[in-house]
Amino acid sequence: MKVIDAKGLSCPEPVLLAKRGVAEGEYPFQILVDDETPRENILRFAKNNDHHASLTEEDDHYVIEFTR
Amino acid sequence: MKKLTKLAVLLTGAAIGFAAILLVITGNPANMGICIACFIRDTAGALKLHTAAPVQYIRPEIIGLILGSFAISLATKEFRARGGSSPLTRFVLGALVMIGALVFLGCPLRMVLRMAAGDLNAWIGLVGFVLGIYIGTLFLRRGFSLGRTHKLNNFEGAFMPGLQVVLFIMLAVASPLLAYSEAGPGSMRAPIWIALGLTFVLGIFAQRSRICQAGGIRDVFMIRDLHLFWGNIGILVVAFVFNIATNRFNLGLYHQPVAHSQWIWNVLGLMVVGFGSVLLGGCPMRQLVLTGTGNVDSAITVLGLLVGAAVSHNFGLASSGDVYEEGTSIVVGGGATPGGRIAVIVALALMILIGFFYSKKPKAKVSQ
Repeated sequence: MKVIDAKGLSCPEPVLLAKRGVAEGEYPFQILVDDETPRENILRFAKNNDHHASLTEEDDHYVIEFTR
Repeated sequence: MKKLTKLAVLLTGAAIGFAAILLVITGNPANMGICIACFIRDTAGALKLHTAAPVQYIRPEIIGLILGSFAISLATKEFRARGGSSPLTRFVLGALVMIGALVFLGCPLRMVLRMAAGDLNAWIGLVGFVLGIYIGTLFLRRGFSLGRTHKLNNFEGAFMPGLQVVLFIMLAVASPLLAYSEAGPGSMRAPIWIALGLTFVLGIFAQRSRICQAGGIRDVFMIRDLHLFWGNIGILVVAFVFNIATNRFNLGLYHQPVAHSQWIWNVLGLMVVGFGSVLLGGCPMRQLVLTGTGNVDSAITVLGLLVGAAVSHNFGLASSGDVYEEGTSIVVGGGATPGGRIAVIVALALMILIGFFYSKKPKAKVSQ
């Protein structure tokens, strides 16, 4: 599975990477972030654009998996 | 959840608009209830980093925003000391943003407050702000990135908030080490506990809602998302209503408080601010809030804003308000200085250079 590491990147890079992941169309893919703001931004992006995204919290980061 | 978070941004904007008018009523300069750029500049003056006598005063509003954000991020365990993402470039961008803001005579927040008060120069300047943001998004599309942050020692993250406490104590005891304007905008100030208290609460709201004025416009361009834009609406509408209610609305280009009518420099000054804010990942207010959450890159950006303010006043880059022929609206002086005009052009060129230097494939490690 494709894993996009967006940890530590400034706004709005994480959501732009998510957008790129969606545009590339390789599902499922995961995007990793380590801050609440990009986590919220990506989940909101998914919801606003009717994509299915699930959130898992790991020790020091979040994993958001897009499944189309 | 979607409605709640949009409401949070809107309410934060509304609270900012309300607090800004309240701060004017209680003593801050007209159309300048809260101005991140002007107030960091005033603080620079108080610390004698510059010696422009009319603008020297430690503004509790800057302190309150940082400390409110700090407190809530600690409480919600969102405080995280991190940094290392091109810090010096961020410092430089902060300085350039301040230079642009002082040519316009306001940060994006003051721009909206001036718009809400009928200052048409701010509406004209908005065009520059939007254009600057648009140019920034072009670089984002090309893969602009200042790089990743990484975890830092908590001391790094807590230092700036800690420093705010020291600055407030110095202000509260009227330390003779500081400078205090006796005339001009720096002499117009709301009582320190009101200024601190209101902005402490705003800092909490701003951290929780993630409000960002540049982000609000940027996201319309980039992801067609109006979520953050509601923040700007909240500030504008509430400030407008209270200006009307308190007879502070004055529609026009002239005789506006601490403002000039040189449209090109209002546009270009705010273009620098918009462009720089996008490259930095947030407007000046957002930088203060992020500083409170332990983001050291934002803390360094704030220091860049501070030094940019000092440089602006030490080298005559900051604009001044229009000067009129007695009893008329004929402008005979004031506005952007020769140094300020050159600085804005240099700032735009430097930002374009930074844009190109840092535009490459995003550092996203992609594994299969």
